Amino acid sequence: MSIEVRSIHKSFGSFKALEDVSLHVETGELVALLGPSGSGKTTLLRIVAGLEKVEEGQVFFGGEDASIQKVSERGVGFVFQHYALFRHMTVFDNIAFGLNAKPKNLRPPQAEIRARVSELLKLIQLEWVADRFPGQLSGGQRQRVALARALAVRPKVLLLDEPFGSLDAQVRKELRHWLRRFHDEFRITTLFVTHDQEEALEVADRIVVMNKGRIEQVGTPDEVYHDPANVFVLNFLGNVNLFHCRLDDGKVYFGNIGVEIPGVASDNARSANLYVRPHQFQITRDAGTGTSIKAAVAYVNPAGSVVKIDLKRETGEMIHVEISQAEFAALKIVRGDIVYVSLRDVTYSEYQI
Amino acid sequence: MSRRFVEPSILPGFSLTFGFTVFYLSLIVLIPLSMLFFKTASLSPREFWEILTATRTLAAYRLSFGTAFASAGINAVFGVIIAWALVRYSFPGKRIIDALVDFPLALPTAVAGIALTELYAPNGSVGRYLALAGIKGAFTPLGITIALTFVGLPFVVRTVEPVLEELDPQLEEAAASLGASRWYTIKKVIFPVIAPAVLTGFTLAFARAVGEYGSVIFIAGNMPMKTEIAPLLIMTKLEQYDYAGATTIAIGMLLISFFFLAAANFFQWQLSRKYGKV
Amino acid sequence: MSVRTEPRSIRILIITVAVAFFALFLVLPLVCVFQNAFSKGLTFYVKTLQHPDALAAMRMTVITALVAVPLNLVFGVAASWLIAKFDFKGKDILLSLIDLPLSVSPVISGLVFILLFGAQGLLGEWLGDRNIQIVFAPPGIILATIFVTFPMVARELIPVMKAQGNEEEEAALTLGASGWRTFWLVTIPNIRWGILYGIILCNARAMGEFGAVSVVSGHIRGLTNTLPLHVEILYNEYQFAAAFAAASVLALLAIVTLVAKTAVEGMMRREH
Repeated sequence: MSIEVRSIHKSFGSFKALEDVSLHVETGELVALLGPSGSGKTTLLRIVAGLEKVEEGQVFFGGEDASIQKVSERGVGFVFQHYALFRHMTVFDNIAFGLNAKPKNLRPPQAEIRARVSELLKLIQLEWVADRFPGQLSGGQRQRVALARALAVRPKVLLLDEPFGSLDAQVRKELRHWLRRFHDEFRITTLFVTHDQEEALEVADRIVVMNKGRIEQVGTPDEVYHDPANVFVLNFLGNVNLFHCRLDDGKVYFGNIGVEIPGVASDNARSANLYVRPHQFQITRDAGTGTSIKAAVAYVNPAGSVVKIDLKRETGEMIHVEISQAEFAALKIVRGDIVYVSLRDVTYSEYQI
Repeated sequence: MSRRFVEPSILPGFSLTFGFTVFYLSLIVLIPLSMLFFKTASLSPREFWEILTATRTLAAYRLSFGTAFASAGINAVFGVIIAWALVRYSFPGKRIIDALVDFPLALPTAVAGIALTELYAPNGSVGRYLALAGIKGAFTPLGITIALTFVGLPFVVRTVEPVLEELDPQLEEAAASLGASRWYTIKKVIFPVIAPAVLTGFTLAFARAVGEYGSVIFIAGNMPMKTEIAPLLIMTKLEQYDYAGATTIAIGMLLISFFFLAAANFFQWQLSRKYGKV
Repeated sequence: MSVRTEPRSIRILIITVAVAFFALFLVLPLVCVFQNAFSKGLTFYVKTLQHPDALAAMRMTVITALVAVPLNLVFGVAASWLIAKFDFKGKDILLSLIDLPLSVSPVISGLVFILLFGAQGLLGEWLGDRNIQIVFAPPGIILATIFVTFPMVARELIPVMKAQGNEEEEAALTLGASGWRTFWLVTIPNIRWGILYGIILCNARAMGEFGAVSVVSGHIRGLTNTLPLHVEILYNEYQFAAAFAAASVLALLAIVTLVAKTAVEGMMRREH
């Protein structure tokens, strides 16, 4: 079922949590709300669930106005950051809670409830913990139980608040992939909140980047990463180098070195900011054609899938570069070496700051 | 568990504080209390049993434990309501009420006793209206229950309050998001969480009420077989220099109390074992 | 309306029940005490409190508290250090033994001292030969009071000291401070509000204790009477206004206790 959020305003006291936020999520989509803490992403999720009231704006599920419905009537599956499992109930009773809570005339017979819970336990691969209490489970297991509990009532949409936020790095990775596979199989419209850009890029169909109560950009992971709408998105999704430079005659000048970049439109010379991601640099031993920058190697960290290198220009400016292990092996750079950096496959876009 | 008596620590003072604590505890509490058993040992089992099962003794026990149970029950119900109002709602005078909850612990029991007697006597400002309804307040088991309710009031409120405060808001939100009504949520999610605290508060109020003396003797009327509580019977035996009788009744009271406390503790332990720790 | 609250009507009902229960059980008795205390006018009130027997009772009450509170304070600090800082066998048993006086009827608390020191008691003959009187005399009153207030400081201090942990003390020791210096410079300042809190509660109980003291006092006016016992004597003699006048002093003490307790709680919260 699709979710439509229309011009939502929400404040807590004098703090404006959300300002004129609108969003559309298609049926069967997996969408991430990504932003730093205080950006309003969790508030937006809670508003969709009906856990927060709004001052202005509406929420529609499948074209139907849900704003007037109480949370208990909305039919959302909500998974809380700290799971919020009922610790005095067994895993089985936790998952069955939503079914048992239905009014008598709507409640399925006990046999049916049992069958549904067993089916969900199988889905989360935790059939053997049915009779345990939440206190006896690991964090990752609790998270899966919380998900099963939310799914038991066959929700129209699934809402997850920082679902992997309080787990170890290893478990996080596993559950992330599990969620993606689960979604591919069942296709429930899903909205999840995260502050971890890697998580959003890896799992989501589309990413909603939020900042200070507003939506900065909505797009596929590819779009928000490679074609960020503004400096905030660029900065938030991955590391970036900032250069103060001059635009003149279709070229970008750092000091007295001019680099030709396609797409630069400048009739008059003016100053500008250039943003370059660490992997967009190339390091060579020779000066080459003369459009490269001379710098000294200040720091090398070869641990990881890429090699991180900090370079210091003669002006004192630092440049953060990432090259592949293969390139690093060929170059044999050590600290103190003098090298030349140039840009590769650079596309240019100008941002309003 | 290790076989060592004390786990090694770099902090000093174990021997000193252990020695002093055990010494002072023995001197003030253990030696005097052991006198109860020392004294009873001078009685034959038959004499002991006769005092314990005398109709007057049994009537006093029944009254003491019955009214204590009733008052603890009243406090369990109203204590939860008061704690709920204090934690969940805001209303004028809330801070004052919150501070006043401990008033029964601070007010000397004799003062509470004469004030409650004055209020609930047939011509008192509350008793007058009870009398109109044909209810006798003071000098009946009802009066005793009222006094015991007063002294036991803080216990349930003070044990339930912190649990309600720390209750994770997300539990209620989770229940609501799963379609549960508010009442269902309170019944199935909130109450089971606060139940152990209610039980603890009930037990504390009960234990306090069983032994209570000062606030009860004025309002009780002290009629043997009718409104004579067990502590008063001990007092009466003492005034007759019947030390063995007083001691026997005291031992009986302690044994019954400890039986109840042990049962409550066992129940508590079962609860905590079942739910594990989160 | 938030998810976590009830309909307005239910809310109002609960608040009303809570407030009504309060008025009936707490406010009314308090009002009753002061109303009756001043029922014969201010002059009578002052005269009652200036009566030699009343003054003697107040003196006895203050002396009792002045002995009982410091002793239980020293015990409370030692016991909480022991229990909060060390792990040893039998700790749970020790804890329940410390709490024992709270679950014993005040009358039984008095009784045990009669069994120990009374004329027919274990040490009665020995004491009688040496003309030492403990029960039906001030020492008995003080002993019974120490018994009933025994755990009151320890109970407040143990959780405070536990919450504090051992780290600060360990840091002080690694910096070369001696055990005593560490205790005075690190531990005591950390628990000072807890100490004050314990003193306030212990003092209130020590001054107000009735049952235990009643058993061992012998009700000798001007000699072994504490203020609560004085209230009882006057009341049983049908001197109601006088009894309530004496009671009003104790009620005032209770109010001061509550105010001081609330203030200390505020200080504790502010520091955490």
